[in-house]
Amino acid sequence: MAGHSGSASVAGAPALVEMTDIDKSFPGVRALAKAQFQLLPGEVHALMGENGAGKSTLMKILSGVYTRDAGTVLLDGQPVEITSPRQAQDLGVGIIHQELALMRDLTAAQNIFIGREPRRFGILDEGQLNRDTAAIFASMNLKLEPTVKVETLTIAKQQMVEIAKALSYRSRVLIMDEPTAALNDAEIAELFTIINRLKAEGVGVVYISHKMDEIKRISDRVTVMRDGEYVGTVPAADTPIETIISMMVGRTLTNEALVIPNTADAPVALEVKNLNRGREIRDVSFSVKKGEILGFAGLMGAGRTEVARAIFGADRRESGEIWVHGKRVGIASPKDAVEAGIGYLSEDRKHFGLATGLDVRNNIALASLDRFTGVGGVLDEAKMEKEAVGYIKQLAIKTPSDTQEARLLSGGNQQKVVIAKWLLRDCDILIFDEPTRGIDVGAKSEIYKLLNALAAEGKAIIVISSELPEVLRLSHRIAVMCEGRLTGMLPGGASQEEIMRLATQRQSSVAEVRHAS
Amino acid sequence: MTDTAAPAAKSGPRISGAFHRLLAFSGLIALVVAFSLASPNFMQTQNILAILQATSVNGVLAIAATLVIITGGIDLSLGTLMTFCAVLAGVILTYLGLPLPLGVIGAILAGAASGLISGTVVAKLKVPPFIATLGMMLILKGLSLVISGTRPIYFNDTPGFNQIALGSVVGQIIPAVPVPNGVLVLFAVALIASFVLSKTALGRYTFALGSNEEAVRLSGVNVDRWKIGVYALAGGIVGVAGVLIASRLNSAQPALGQGYELDAIAAVVIGGTSLSGGRGTVLGTLIGALIISVLANGLRILSVAQEWQTVVTGCIIILAVYADILRRRTL
Repeated sequence: MAGHSGSASVAGAPALVEMTDIDKSFPGVRALAKAQFQLLPGEVHALMGENGAGKSTLMKILSGVYTRDAGTVLLDGQPVEITSPRQAQDLGVGIIHQELALMRDLTAAQNIFIGREPRRFGILDEGQLNRDTAAIFASMNLKLEPTVKVETLTIAKQQMVEIAKALSYRSRVLIMDEPTAALNDAEIAELFTIINRLKAEGVGVVYISHKMDEIKRISDRVTVMRDGEYVGTVPAADTPIETIISMMVGRTLTNEALVIPNTADAPVALEVKNLNRGREIRDVSFSVKKGEILGFAGLMGAGRTEVARAIFGADRRESGEIWVHGKRVGIASPKDAVEAGIGYLSEDRKHFGLATGLDVRNNIALASLDRFTGVGGVLDEAKMEKEAVGYIKQLAIKTPSDTQEARLLSGGNQQKVVIAKWLLRDCDILIFDEPTRGIDVGAKSEIYKLLNALAAEGKAIIVISSELPEVLRLSHRIAVMCEGRLTGMLPGGASQEEIMRLATQRQSSVAEVRHAS
Repeated sequence: MTDTAAPAAKSGPRISGAFHRLLAFSGLIALVVAFSLASPNFMQTQNILAILQATSVNGVLAIAATLVIITGGIDLSLGTLMTFCAVLAGVILTYLGLPLPLGVIGAILAGAASGLISGTVVAKLKVPPFIATLGMMLILKGLSLVISGTRPIYFNDTPGFNQIALGSVVGQIIPAVPVPNGVLVLFAVALIASFVLSKTALGRYTFALGSNEEAVRLSGVNVDRWKIGVYALAGGIVGVAGVLIASRLNSAQPALGQGYELDAIAAVVIGGTSLSGGRGTVLGTLIGALIISVLANGLRILSVAQEWQTVVTGCIIILAVYADILRRRTL
């Protein structure tokens, strides 16, 4: 967006935040070792690192969620002890967590002023509450009714409410943890407009994200962490992405080219005919061949996940036929889909993919327990272990053992556990919904390799992704959706512009409010 | 993002579950030691056996409750279902004069059938477990009165019925330790339930459902069927409790039973099973049930009034769960 000078330092003025030699240990794990961080007024400072690098821990120390073991924290040059989130707020440090912490049944205004509602004679003053909220929204140039219920808002708007809440505490430091994870491009632009406005007012923004293009667009400086340690701080504009990535992973990653096997003659594995479900899915038809990766591109809410869930039987479909290996199959539930050999890897692993309390072995076996059941329903643990260990090796799942709890694994390895679950179940049609969401750079390329290998083995693969480079890198063909319709089918290697054109190809009859950033 | 999840949760429920059992177990030992020091009568064989006997009914009920609670559900109908099963045994044996095994089997099948209904209402009709089993609780309470004609049914015509709980097979072999059969039944139920939970697909799905039901559904598992299975199994176990209590009282009391479900849930909670589902053990529940019995027995020996015993039990429940929360916070 705006041109950035490498360092936005204001001569003479002390840094807004100066964290030096921060140590933090949890039982058995050293999370931070001599970590450093500096934030200047009016600066957007990206904090980067792979999962487990210590970014969130460092920011939780700054925002009072954790207390540090050693080191110093200066705010405006003054040493401070931040011992609670409340105290951090009072000192002007606001944090917007990745998982939004709003009360869905309350209004925007009620959320923003929760715990300090204006009162008159001891009675809540809703009028004052809404006026105060409207004033904050106005200062953000945000068009939102204070009285709107949060649950009716999009994730992007909910995020704006979170920001408004942080600003209502007169925050001078605003920490954002993966703020764009659930946003589409228009919403990201909206968010960046607000960030730039805050910046102009001298607010310092800490921006935690995995997305390189965003970092380049919005931030002034980048601090990279690895294994709980400080690696370095570089100006965002003048540093090539490759340099930042190699700082993060400690090695240079090559962006190896995709090998596209010839699938022209391969038999069709999955064919979907005239799939319909209300406004979400409108007459969608397509097919996937054995050994092919079909990418699904589109904006948030285009209906891609809905199509996947309808094929998988997770949601009811109104009409439409599903053919697997040339035979029509009746799919009314996920059970039917799995029996037809279809596996679905949800975008939300924590809620839909993993039984996080169970160990790796049981998660891998979860869809195939019937195969391990002997007389009287007794499970053959030895056989389960053998299979699980086999897949842990085959997919290079990083876990101390197959009895490790699944929730303790990193995002990339959790994803592999879910993949192993479907492979064990002999699923040869795999639907990946945002397979690399929340997964760090190093693990991403591993997942890509895995997907290519699976396709090479003859699996039919559907990849739904909101990251265009990902779709382009993986797919043999690309299906593009907009407003529930399939607006085009492009060959692999299509241009981003072509995809975006199809992804925004609205039906003229649908008069939707279009948000320009 | 999840940077901190890993270190903070390094010692997950696997370790902490064991720790909690240890906590409950050391609590139990502490109680036993304290009461032994306070009164020489406490450590008598007779008294120990009385404690075990008193634990048998609540213990069996608590094991049933454990199964349902691990799925993330709750069963409030346990108490009145137990009564219904006891009354049904009375109807079969005393009113109809059928042979003893039929009474026992009938009671267990009735329990399982009731569990099947509760489970179906929860799984298929999507009624929250609290409400579904609250409804069942009242239905069964009424039905017990209906089929008994609102009168207690005595088992005087069925010799041997009271031996199910009160007799002692062990005592015939080793006269010095006449462990009542009811206690053996409790241990048998505990062993079976432990086995089901740890070794069978039903058990695995019990934990998986409590851990993340939607993930299990999206794995292509017939979630409804397994959930109904857990409620039915729990119901069958309640049938066993019904036989035990009827045998011990040598009668089926149709007005008795309500409130037992809360004692059972208390034992489960003291034993470290999470009410939010996904984790829990039968051993923990057994220890929880024993803590409640030891407390009641010991306080009685120390001549503490009945009403104060209840107060103390309430405090113990809150303390047990608070200790669990404290432990998790310090990690």
